[in-house]
This record gives sequence, structure tokens and C-alpha cells, in this order.
Amino acid sequence: MTDLVIETRELRKQFGDKTAVEDLSLQVHRGEVFGFLGPNGAGKTTSIKMLLGLVEPTSGSGSVLGAPIGHRATRARIGFLPEHFRFHEWLTGRELLLVHGQFLGMSTRDTKARADALLARVDLLDAAHRPVRTYSKGMMQRVGLAQALLGRPDVVFLDEPTSGLDPLGRLLVRDVIRELREHGTTVFLNSHILGEVEATCDRVTFVREGRTIRDLRLGEVDGSMEVDLRVGSLTDEARTAVARIGRIVEDGAPLSADGPERLRVSISREDLLPELARALVERGIPLYEMRVARKSLETTFLEVMGEDQRPG
Amino acid sequence: MSGLLAVTRLTLYEAFRKRILMAVLIAGAGFLTLYGLGLHFMVRGEGNGMALIERRIFLNMLTLAGLFAANFLTIMTAVLLPVDTLSGEIASGVIQTVAVRPIRRRDIVLGKWLGHWIVMAAYFTLLAGGVLTITALRSGFTPQKLEIGLPLILLEGTVLLTLSIAGGAKLSTVTNGMLAFGLFGVAFIGNLVEQIGTMAQNDAAREVGTVASLIMPSESLWQLAAYHMQPSVVRDLGNSPFSPVSVPSVAMVVWAAGYIVVALTLGVRWFGKRAL
Repeated sequence: MTDLVIETRELRKQFGDKTAVEDLSLQVHRGEVFGFLGPNGAGKTTSIKMLLGLVEPTSGSGSVLGAPIGHRATRARIGFLPEHFRFHEWLTGRELLLVHGQFLGMSTRDTKARADALLARVDLLDAAHRPVRTYSKGMMQRVGLAQALLGRPDVVFLDEPTSGLDPLGRLLVRDVIRELREHGTTVFLNSHILGEVEATCDRVTFVREGRTIRDLRLGEVDGSMEVDLRVGSLTDEARTAVARIGRIVEDGAPLSADGPERLRVSISREDLLPELARALVERGIPLYEMRVARKSLETTFLEVMGEDQRPG
Repeated sequence: MSGLLAVTRLTLYEAFRKRILMAVLIAGAGFLTLYGLGLHFMVRGEGNGMALIERRIFLNMLTLAGLFAANFLTIMTAVLLPVDTLSGEIASGVIQTVAVRPIRRRDIVLGKWLGHWIVMAAYFTLLAGGVLTITALRSGFTPQKLEIGLPLILLEGTVLLTLSIAGGAKLSTVTNGMLAFGLFGVAFIGNLVEQIGTMAQNDAAREVGTVASLIMPSESLWQLAAYHMQPSVVRDLGNSPFSPVSVPSVAMVVWAAGYIVVALTLGVRWFGKRAL
């Protein structure tokens, strides 16, 4: 059985003469928390809608859970929280979940038990009898999260799940994503809050102008690790040796005349760390401190997107 | 099938929860009260010297006036009730969370159609049943051929309801509503032109009316229903406001049925292709 939960090849969507998605080619593995990143207008939401069968691709192909995208029976195994969650606001929170249980073909008994558990999980049990129209934006988002998880999905698409949530609400979403990962559920997360992506995702893909342009595994080092060093006076030979292992990003002057020098080196793999230390020590350079400073996702995001993507 | 029924149930529940049924019941009760009072005073004021045939013509006109009002209210309901059921939910994004479920898009359209049809049919039954019951109780009169006339009126409502739902799959709520009422207006005026053209023996005017009826068969269905529910003497004399000079053919019923099927098929097709 394939490990791939989502796979797309050159998926493209054109609305009239406007191309919303140019080339979406990605793979998401089972049990992975996958981040989908890009600036506004990059085609992220259209991409998600194509994967869910809400928008028909103009060309290209793809599969979700091994079936062609939009496959009806497979949709029972998919959960979805849209960016602007809206539902029939005259329903109460509990009724909303019961209605979705009917749409999913779940038994009434199972739906009721599952609805109560989920309402408790998203801290809405007390408000379950109130119409959704009386909910705050955060409550709306949380009941939306509950409906996305109702059918015990194998893959969940979360489009900006924390927009409108206070810090406690964000923590709740983060915890839920963690629980999903523990249960082996694949999470497809679209979020502008990079700290949240960094804290929850295993891997991210950057999308720009409707194209997937870079794939990055978080947690592992893939060109995203920088090492801060405090070393004794560097010889040219030692500097050359360091430069062979990584890229010297910053070569700072010593704080005092005979004090240690500061050096920042970018390396591409974690296993280069001991090699870097060895290169210095073997050349008799005292090593006072060696600290790994991972590049923030925000820095990577800006690098990948390019300065021209910054507004203003 | 379960998806279709789930959507139908939700549609009916929405009508109940949004107090649409309550509004419908109150409006219906108001209408029937007025009709009952009017009938009561008119029957009380009948001339003593009125012949049996005159009384029958008089009561038939009154009953058809009541059914005409019921027909009009049903048409309003048929257009207004579902006018934003698809377009509104598409615009607000509500439809997204439904369409990602394992439900065929076709079943979403058909489920909404069925749910709204049940509400409309119940409303029409209440109004028409009320008019006929009040008339029968107060005067002992019942129009003839109700088994033909009432289904024809219901078919008219079904045509407009289908048009309103199908249009919502493609158009915005306002455009859809205007189009549905616009077509109803075309049918109404077209029918008047046809009646006048027939009286004036003007073939061109009559053909204009026929074309209008083909574009929107609603008015023809009412004319046909009214024709069947009148005594032959009234039909022959043509002395009632509900007596068509030019009687629509049975083919118009077949046309209307086909119209519903085509409109619903188009609605399903448009919604199936639409980016949500």
C-alpha cells in the first residue's frame, strides 16, 4: 500500500484568463503534518479546493487517499475546515454536528457520542445548545474544527485554522493537530502564522504564483541550520577548512584584542556539526562555544519568496 | 439516496427553524379568514330570486377567485422560498462544508428541490384546501374537475420553483429572482395578448401569446386549470374573468413537465460544474 496520502502532478486551474494555480506538484505522506505556505494570492486556497473536489482542475492530475481527487466515497475519509468557516447559522452547535453526521452516513448513536466528545474537546459543550449565529468568531472556528474531525478522517485539511482565535484557542488547535499526528492522521495545514507551522509541521512546501517552488523538512536540517561559534584566533587555513564544510555567514571581530572571535556558519546537514568542530580543534583553534541556531521559518520564507514579494 | 434525503431533511428543518412555516401559516390563515368573511357576506346577500344556475355561476366565480389568490401566493412562495438556497450558500461559502461530504452534487440540488417542493405543496394544499372547505361548508358548492384543476396549479408552482432553484446554480440571488419573476411576467402578459388576440381574431397577437407560453408555461397552466374547474355553461358563455377565450391545449401540460425536467437537469449540470 502506498505511503502517499496526497499526490498531485502539474495540477492547474485557470479562471477565464486568470491563472490561479499554474503547477501544483506535491506529495504528502501518511501521518505527516504538512504545511502549505505562500503569500496571499499564491493559489493556496484554490489548490486545497481542487484537492477537495470543490474546484475542477483545468489540467493535471492528482489523488487523495489513493483515489482520484473529488472521489465521492473517499470524501467520507476527509475532514475540512475552510478559511472562512460558515454554516447554516440557525443550527445549534450540536445540531450542526448531527447534520454533518447524516451527510457522512454515520449512525445517529455514533454521531451523538462523537459530537459530544468533540464539543468537549473544543470546549464548546456549554454552548452546544446555542445557535451558531450567536457564536464568537473563535467559537465558530472551534465548532468548525469539530465538524472537520467528526468522521474520524484519515486526512484533514485545515485552511487558516487559527485565524480569529485567541492564544488559548491557538494552543488548543496546536494540541489537536498533535493528537491527530499521534493517531496517524495526515494534516494538511494552510496557515500564515509561521510560528504555528514551525511548531506543528513535519514538512512544508512553498508555493508562489501558483507553483510549488520548494519543499522543506522541518526538524531535520536541510540548508536551514546555522551554527554560532566562539573560537580563538582563526588562521587562514582553519577559515578555509570551515568554508569547505559550510558557508561563513558572519565573521565577527573579537570582543577584546585577544578574546575569542565570533563566527556564524551555515551548514546543509546536521552530521556536518562534528566535522566542523573537528576541523577547528585539529588545527589547534580553541573552541569556546558551539551553538546551533536554526534559521527561523520566517527567514526561510522571505528567502524563498524573494524580496520582490514583500508588499510596499 | 441517503445524501439526497439528508439535504431534504435539512431543507425542511430550515423552513421550520427559520419560522418560514410559521409565516406561511399566519399568512395562509389571514387569507382564508378574509376569504371566509367575503364569502359569508356575499352568500348572505344573494338575491332571493337567483336561479340555481345563476347561483352556481356566482359561487364558481367566487371559488375561482379564491383559488386564483391561492395560486398567486403559491407562485410567490415557489419563487421566493428557494431563490437563494443555492446562490446564497455558494456566495457565503456555506455550501463548501456540505459539498466536501460524500454527497453527489446532484443530490444537493435534488434534495433542496424536493424539500422546497414539499413546503410549497403543503402551502398550496392549505390554501386551496381552505378555500374549498370554507366554500363547501358555507354554501355547499364545490367546483367541478378539481382532480384536474388542482394538480395543474401545483404543476405551475413546480415550474417556477424549479426555475428558481436551477437559476440559483448559475446566477446570483437577485438576478435569479428577477429572472424568475420576469419570466412569470412574460407569461402573464403573453397570455393576455393571446386572449385579446383571439377575441380580435388577430393571429399574430395570438401567436405572440403562444410563444410567451412556450417560454414560460405557468399562466397557461392556470388558464387550463380554471377552464376545467368551471361549469360548461360559463366556459361556453365566456362571461367570467376566469374563462379563457383561447384554451391552452393539453400539449402545454406535457411541455411544462418537460420544462421542469430540462430546468432541473440544467440546474444539476450547472451546479456540478461550478467552482465552489
